[in-house]
Amino acid sequence: MKAVGIILAGGNSDRLGDLCKERAVAAVPVGGSYRAIDFALSNMTNSGINKVAVITQYNLRSLQDHLSASKWWDFGSKKGGLFILSPFIGPNDDNWYRGTADSIYQNITYLKKSNEPYVVITSGDAIYKMDFNDIISFHEEKGADITIAYKDLAGTSKQPRRYGIMQMDEDGKVIDFEEKPENPKATTASMGIYVIKRNLLIDLLEKTIPQGKYDLVKDIIKPGRNVLKVYGFEYKPYWVTLNSTKAYYDANMKFLNKDIRNLLLKEPYIYTKPKDDPPVKYNATANVKNSLISGGTIIDGTIENSVVFRKVVVQQEAVVENSIILESTVVGKGCTIKYAILDKEVVISDGKSVIGTPDEPAVVAKGSVI
Amino acid sequence: MRKKEMLAMLLAGGQGSRLGVLTTDKAKPGVAFGGKYRIIDFPLSNCINSGVDTVGVLTQYQPLTLNQHIGIGTPWDLDGLSGGVTILAPHQKTGEAGDWYSGTANAIYQNIGYIDHYNPEYVLILSGDHIYKMDYSAMLSFHKKNKCDCTIAVMEVPWEEASRFGIMNADESDNDRIYEFEEKPAHPKSNLASMGIYIFTWSKLREALIADNKVHADSDFGMHILPAFLNGGATLRAWRFKDYWKDVGTIDSYWLANMELIDTVPEFNLYEKFWRIYTQNNHQPPQFTSVTGDIKRSLISEGCQIYGTVKNSVISKDVIIEEGAEVYDSIIMENCVIKSNSKIYKCIIDQNTVVDENVTMGVGENIANEDKPNIYNTGITVVGNDSYVPMGITIGKNCVIYGETKAEDYPGAELPSGKSCVLKEEEL
Repeated sequence: MKAVGIILAGGNSDRLGDLCKERAVAAVPVGGSYRAIDFALSNMTNSGINKVAVITQYNLRSLQDHLSASKWWDFGSKKGGLFILSPFIGPNDDNWYRGTADSIYQNITYLKKSNEPYVVITSGDAIYKMDFNDIISFHEEKGADITIAYKDLAGTSKQPRRYGIMQMDEDGKVIDFEEKPENPKATTASMGIYVIKRNLLIDLLEKTIPQGKYDLVKDIIKPGRNVLKVYGFEYKPYWVTLNSTKAYYDANMKFLNKDIRNLLLKEPYIYTKPKDDPPVKYNATANVKNSLISGGTIIDGTIENSVVFRKVVVQQEAVVENSIILESTVVGKGCTIKYAILDKEVVISDGKSVIGTPDEPAVVAKGSVI
Repeated sequence: MRKKEMLAMLLAGGQGSRLGVLTTDKAKPGVAFGGKYRIIDFPLSNCINSGVDTVGVLTQYQPLTLNQHIGIGTPWDLDGLSGGVTILAPHQKTGEAGDWYSGTANAIYQNIGYIDHYNPEYVLILSGDHIYKMDYSAMLSFHKKNKCDCTIAVMEVPWEEASRFGIMNADESDNDRIYEFEEKPAHPKSNLASMGIYIFTWSKLREALIADNKVHADSDFGMHILPAFLNGGATLRAWRFKDYWKDVGTIDSYWLANMELIDTVPEFNLYEKFWRIYTQNNHQPPQFTSVTGDIKRSLISEGCQIYGTVKNSVISKDVIIEEGAEVYDSIIMENCVIKSNSKIYKCIIDQNTVVDENVTMGVGENIANEDKPNIYNTGITVVGNDSYVPMGITIGKNCVIYGETKAEDYPGAELPSGKSCVLKEEEL
């Protein structure tokens, strides 16, 4: 194996509001059957990286539930494995993770006990399908110390000032890196995907952390670009990150688009924890158009332009449009749901409405009864 | 090896020839059911849900589909450290030529070594032919409480149908102690039909198997072992089962049992949480219904893409129904494609089959199949697995199609009711 993987899934998730009150961003349900982290995990396994650490500290439970067995992503081999690394109290009075670099540093044994030459680091909250072998090949060709995948946001609705913006010279070498700049000088955004030699990462962490510097980008990559060979690797296919409620809504809706849907339908597949749901049941009054529907769902009502997760019930004369309905939610008779995100186990009583707008979808928190 | 109180032996070697082309290259327990399942998922899930974690699956006829499906038993949690699922195929023994399984009891006899290895008190004998949810642990409690040597699960069947079953004549005043067993009696004295599910006290069964196999080369539970138990004065009791239980042994009963799942409140509920049916999960995404899709009264499995009309049908995983295609009263198995403007009426289409554009299937007079009138006679047209139906063909009722057929295989672009178009040589 060429690389071990690290998925940074510990991020603060205020920007997703109620959706992340009780779960890490990496654990938010997406695409009808998945959780956000399934994309990073599946990219790892599909790229032949079978030893992966998920570093997490925020609202662990739902993520740990999801990651209960490594075999779902094929990490169950003797040489591989799925490691969930959360903060712990050790003899040296260890802390909560103080930053991304610190979170890796506190688990540096994971890196030291591996013998793969490279480390691929990615976040757990992006929707994309990438073969990491491509970026590793690029990294080797360039003789780079660190390679960062970037996406050109020009021509998209994404605002560069919400991303880390990097500028490259003609060879692809990173000459400038600004984290969420007020006035971005470019549209080329870091995807938060890094390739680095494992031994170099260990050295850098051991040098930086004792100085009280804890952030991978701010304290290692940004200052490092003058002394290290830091390259940018352009990634052109679909990539979104779930950095706001709106982005979450849009990312789910995108799966109704044929090309994006093929991310799920075509090999290599995205894997998730299997749930053993029966098929979707369409009853006599069901009327479904342009929607993704997951197993165990029972439909008597109308669903249009929506993403419906598993075990949802949509009763007679209910109308669901342009909405995302999460697992085990019940939409009662005659309800109207438009531009809404109904979290898990929500009950919408007969005749009630939840109506948002395309720009501000209404969010109903997990377990609510309306 | 940890001793097991009870292990299960699942007889999955039968062809199920009355399912016609559906069992050409797979044994009946491997046939798809209810969208995403295969028939064997029901007894396997019952086992793990009942706490039976050691299951021997006896295969013989076309086992490839079953072997691939069962794998190491992961979907059923039968991949634990002790026990789990073991595929038991016929094999050679030292100094002998090796035999096929010649009867149900003979198959168990040939695997006494496997059972002895776990040293169980009791052995549960199952078949892989039925759709039902049963708590085998409740049956075992009955067996233990009533100090039985053999407990047979029975169903009350309508009296007029009783002569089609193995009938148990039991004494109700003595906890349903069986005093007589009649195979398909012309004048049944009882309507308690054997479900082919037995719990035996292993030491007793072991003795009987060894004795009977010296006498009968085709040692069978119904024909030999149960009568031997009865005549030998052993305690046999009937354990009454009152829930849903379906034999899906014929094209018609198979079709009907699938269709019953579509009912708004089906008699057999796949949607309850505490007795889940498990099956192989192949990372299917959710199913997609397009703007042009129109689905009513149907089960649609994961990974399907529906652009056409689907009514009263059961659709397995990864099926594509193209725009303008219409599917009525049909069962379409995994990975099939129904291309645009084709119309499918009351058909069963097995996996990996492509029906090209503008095909009409299942129309015309209801004439029984000429070659196999006893199998195809209820108006259902059946297309075998990995087949191809070319563009623009009109196909009647009770037809059979198997293989990658071409336009020239259909004179006048037609296959009239009761005719077959079978390219593969296997016996149907």
